[in-house]
Amino acid sequence: MRRLINQYPTRGASVLLSALPFLVLIAAYLFYSHARLAENPGDKLLPAPSTIAATVHRYAFEEDERSGDYLLWVDTQASLMRLFIALAISASVGLVLGLAIGVLPYVRATLAPFVAALSLIPPLAILPILFIVVGLGELAKITLIIIGVTPIIVRDLSLRAAELPNEQIIKAQTLGASTWQLVLRVFLPQMWPRLIDALRLSLGSAWLFLIAAEAIASTEGLGYRIFLVRRYLAMDVILPYVAWITLLAFAMDWLLRVLRSKAFSWANSGA
Amino acid sequence: MTQVTVKRLWKTYGEQVVLENVNLEIGHHEFVTIVGASGCGKTTFLKMLLGIETPSKGQFLIDGEPLPTEPGPDRGIVFQRYSLFPHLRVIDNLLLGLELRGAPFAARLFGARRRQALERADELLEAVGLQGSADKYPRQLSGGMQQRLSIAQSVICEPKILLLDEPFGALDPGITADMHTLILKLWNMKKMTIFMVTHDLQESFELGTRLLVFDKVRLDPQSPEAFGATITYNIPLKGHRETTT
Repeated sequence: MRRLINQYPTRGASVLLSALPFLVLIAAYLFYSHARLAENPGDKLLPAPSTIAATVHRYAFEEDERSGDYLLWVDTQASLMRLFIALAISASVGLVLGLAIGVLPYVRATLAPFVAALSLIPPLAILPILFIVVGLGELAKITLIIIGVTPIIVRDLSLRAAELPNEQIIKAQTLGASTWQLVLRVFLPQMWPRLIDALRLSLGSAWLFLIAAEAIASTEGLGYRIFLVRRYLAMDVILPYVAWITLLAFAMDWLLRVLRSKAFSWANSGA
Repeated sequence: MTQVTVKRLWKTYGEQVVLENVNLEIGHHEFVTIVGASGCGKTTFLKMLLGIETPSKGQFLIDGEPLPTEPGPDRGIVFQRYSLFPHLRVIDNLLLGLELRGAPFAARLFGARRRQALERADELLEAVGLQGSADKYPRQLSGGMQQRLSIAQSVICEPKILLLDEPFGALDPGITADMHTLILKLWNMKKMTIFMVTHDLQESFELGTRLLVFDKVRLDPQSPEAFGATITYNIPLKGHRETTT
């Protein structure tokens, strides 16, 4: 008998095993939902699959009675827009600041401790400040994500930039590189895949801040909807919305991963 | 013509003396090999030539001028590893020096100037035997090929001085003979002065026109840091000047 650490599942078994927890979860849901509904047909906690399907159909493919909107798409568009704008700004600021801190000792001495301190502020704690200063509009929600995500990207990229082997940096100088040329041809190209990694890691917190901000002050958005229908215990809305958010987050992560391996094949591990 | 002059050079870190009273005169187109036990300051000496360490006392002159305090294009370097750019293909690694020189702002060459640079790069690529690998990334090359590329990358900028820091130390013994032929060929082709740190005594005799041995002449067992190393042997060798093809 080989040791456990040396026993590997076959390819087919891997697929089955990875599906197993999902199947268990679904089965458990179906079982308990059925049991609760048998006891009390009006139970709202674990709605039947048919109820969920009907609700999804209503939200996704029928106009809302009051607003005339297709709610799921309106919410998705609003949330994704906020997320994309915030992430684009965070990534740009993170790249520029991270490079400056990683490359230039004077900027590092000035800003690195400051950014480290900033990144320790819990962003949700300053949400009230944002609402007071910039109001309850889009700006507050986008700013919250930026404040939450940017310091982490800055720190990560500055560490990655400083991590490049010193040999490389010296070599480039012996080839005549100026500071600007070093940034342009040595640092920046090697930072792109790392920026994508940093973005992927910060996606989770970006969603967290987005939903938190939407829950508190918004008129549309995925997070807004969940917290709105909570008042009516509308699990048939909340559950598919959570699944949809998860799917969106997964798709974004997957896209970033594919982009990284396609666009920066030199950075892929292995041959 | 390149002249390296070292007069009464000392290097100390606080109480610790690394190099003491080093004197040296190196002429044009020499191949200087440097050997010594580890911790005997040979790498420190190379770092001073490179410009990333400064002398504590004494003079270190290149062509009568004090050493610059940062690395520059007149002194090329080949490290044992990590001196290639992993994000650039072989040909772009080689072009980089020319592009940095030719385009201060964009750091890239275009059109006719790029074609011209490519010609030079291709020529050198062939000289180091990498013509078939132009479109590969460095990590797809073997250790020996990576070192060939690293040498070519430095040589394309035609530095006055080429510094080699144990360049073949991590390679299979079988490959080093080829590498020796290559470095001698380039040395004769470009007429540069080479300083090479090595731990391989045979290599140092075989390649050099001058062998420097760094060692401590005095040792205080109670405080080993009190005395530094110096050049204990400075041996002119026959070398391979103009004799190899």
